Amino acid sequence: MKDIITMVAKRLGLGFLTIIVISVLIFLGVEALPGDVATAILGQEATPETLAAFRKELKLDLAPHVRYFAWLGDFMKGELGKSLANKRPIADLIGWRFANTIFLASTAAVISVPIAILLGLLAALYRGSWFDNAISTSTLSAISFPEFFIAYILIALLSVKLIIFPSISNINDQMSFWQKIHAIILPSLTLTFIVTAHMMRQTRAAIINVLASSYIEMAHLKGLKRMRVIVVHAFPNALSPVINVVALNLAYLVVGVVIVEVVFVYPGLGQLLVDSVSKRDIPVVQASGLIFAAVYVSLNLLADILSILSNPRLLHPRSK
Amino acid sequence: MAFFKLLRQSPLSARIGIAMVLINVIAAVFTPLIAPYGETEIVGDVWMPSSSENYLGTDHLGRDLFTRLVYGARNTIVIAFVTTMLSFFIGSLLGFFAATLGGWTELSLSRVIDILMAFPTLIFALIALSVVGTSVTALIVVIAVLDSTRVYRLSRAVAMDIAVMEFVEAARLRGERIWWIMRKEILPNAMPPLVAEFGLRFCFVFLFIAALSFLGLGIQPPTADWGGMVRENAGAITFGILTPLWPAGAIAFLTVGVNLIVDWFLQLASGLKD
Repeated sequence: MKDIITMVAKRLGLGFLTIIVISVLIFLGVEALPGDVATAILGQEATPETLAAFRKELKLDLAPHVRYFAWLGDFMKGELGKSLANKRPIADLIGWRFANTIFLASTAAVISVPIAILLGLLAALYRGSWFDNAISTSTLSAISFPEFFIAYILIALLSVKLIIFPSISNINDQMSFWQKIHAIILPSLTLTFIVTAHMMRQTRAAIINVLASSYIEMAHLKGLKRMRVIVVHAFPNALSPVINVVALNLAYLVVGVVIVEVVFVYPGLGQLLVDSVSKRDIPVVQASGLIFAAVYVSLNLLADILSILSNPRLLHPRSK
Repeated sequence: MAFFKLLRQSPLSARIGIAMVLINVIAAVFTPLIAPYGETEIVGDVWMPSSSENYLGTDHLGRDLFTRLVYGARNTIVIAFVTTMLSFFIGSLLGFFAATLGGWTELSLSRVIDILMAFPTLIFALIALSVVGTSVTALIVVIAVLDSTRVYRLSRAVAMDIAVMEFVEAARLRGERIWWIMRKEILPNAMPPLVAEFGLRFCFVFLFIAALSFLGLGIQPPTADWGGMVRENAGAITFGILTPLWPAGAIAFLTVGVNLIVDWFLQLASGLKD
């Protein structure tokens, strides 16, 4: 038990460190990259006075480390500064959009995780059958498709041909839960297609890996029933890799949401990030970028910790 | 000739993949001969249906869609290819260095790369592009640097296995310099896994550039590129006009083709292990 706590504490520390380094990169990277931010935003024609005033507004006249700590301190307190484009507080811009993004991503996760695990499991159990081949072929193509291709096919079919779902997913607080679900069904389906394909492939590989091990062969040779081998011998060992696969794909989902949000004009954080990049609204880009990165790192961390908890063998790496 | 022998033994899926990629390569190489009109030439009304003059109809400005698709093949594929090459150059150079030198160099390089890889690529690219602006050069450099982290991981792992072989040891004892060892001893032996990885990375980079162009942050108009064409024509879909599906489908077509070939390569390399 002590081992587990030390391990988890170590991983948490490492994850925290990663987020700190990422925040430094996001903040200072803006300066390290070629080109002056103020000139880049205001254009070449800006007068020296406006440039100086603008630098002051961005606090570019202070030393980098002073600004970094001030920025990070404010970030922790939830004061994210003001947008350059419309002068509104960034916290107001981000808050509800972030909630929307999480809503969309979780809806997609709720649909895709059970489907992916079930299909991956079946493909692994009936390896080499027509069912497995069909799954392999369709996942290979789904992985090769850009998100927007699937999105527009779904729109063309379900929104234009059969008028069932809206092609623009606008949601607001006045809508009931089911109205919201109806509005985001197409973006969640798009995400489901992509994530399920990845998850299914990895689940299948993980389970095949377990089924190929010698203790499973032994269990079969002992004359155990097929069902018992799968439930008692294979399942506990397959759990760890499958949990890992799920958590990793949830991390992928949170980032993959960006493009889908743009296709369906969904009021989420990804849409805001993309808009701010084209407007070069650097404070908003930094804040939303850091939030995305933090969620991504946390989910990866969760994958790590869960797989250790479900497989104590990982506590003692063999190489040592 | 060994190549043709290999080709004759290839499974059907790989042959289909090769054919799919060849179609794209032909379109990219002989672009002006195939395209009936100029890249930005306006030939008719907006979003016209397909006809004998415009095989696939026209786009949102009345340009011939088929022409734009063929030019898009050239622009999109060339940029993705250059980016992948650059990514491989950076990644494998650093990876080989880390593996041959070992010790402190390897440790610090690997830590830096680990942190870069903990960062979601798309978010990183968006932040970088918001600062350096959207030009083709910026696009290529940003994506190549981000993607080289994956190449580094693989090439380091592969080179580590080679670096402990007797012939490398012999070269070291002969007093050969690190460059020579990397070029003459490690590179030739690391080629097969790197080639299969090249296909995978190309697909990733290609989809990535298409996604950025689709977001309006990649290749800029009026240059024809597939991701941007989807974006420009996206409005048509709500009228039941399928124009944006053509460039989106073209992207899918090429990546499926490359993936089919890569699958075959990986199967060859792993000795038919599932």
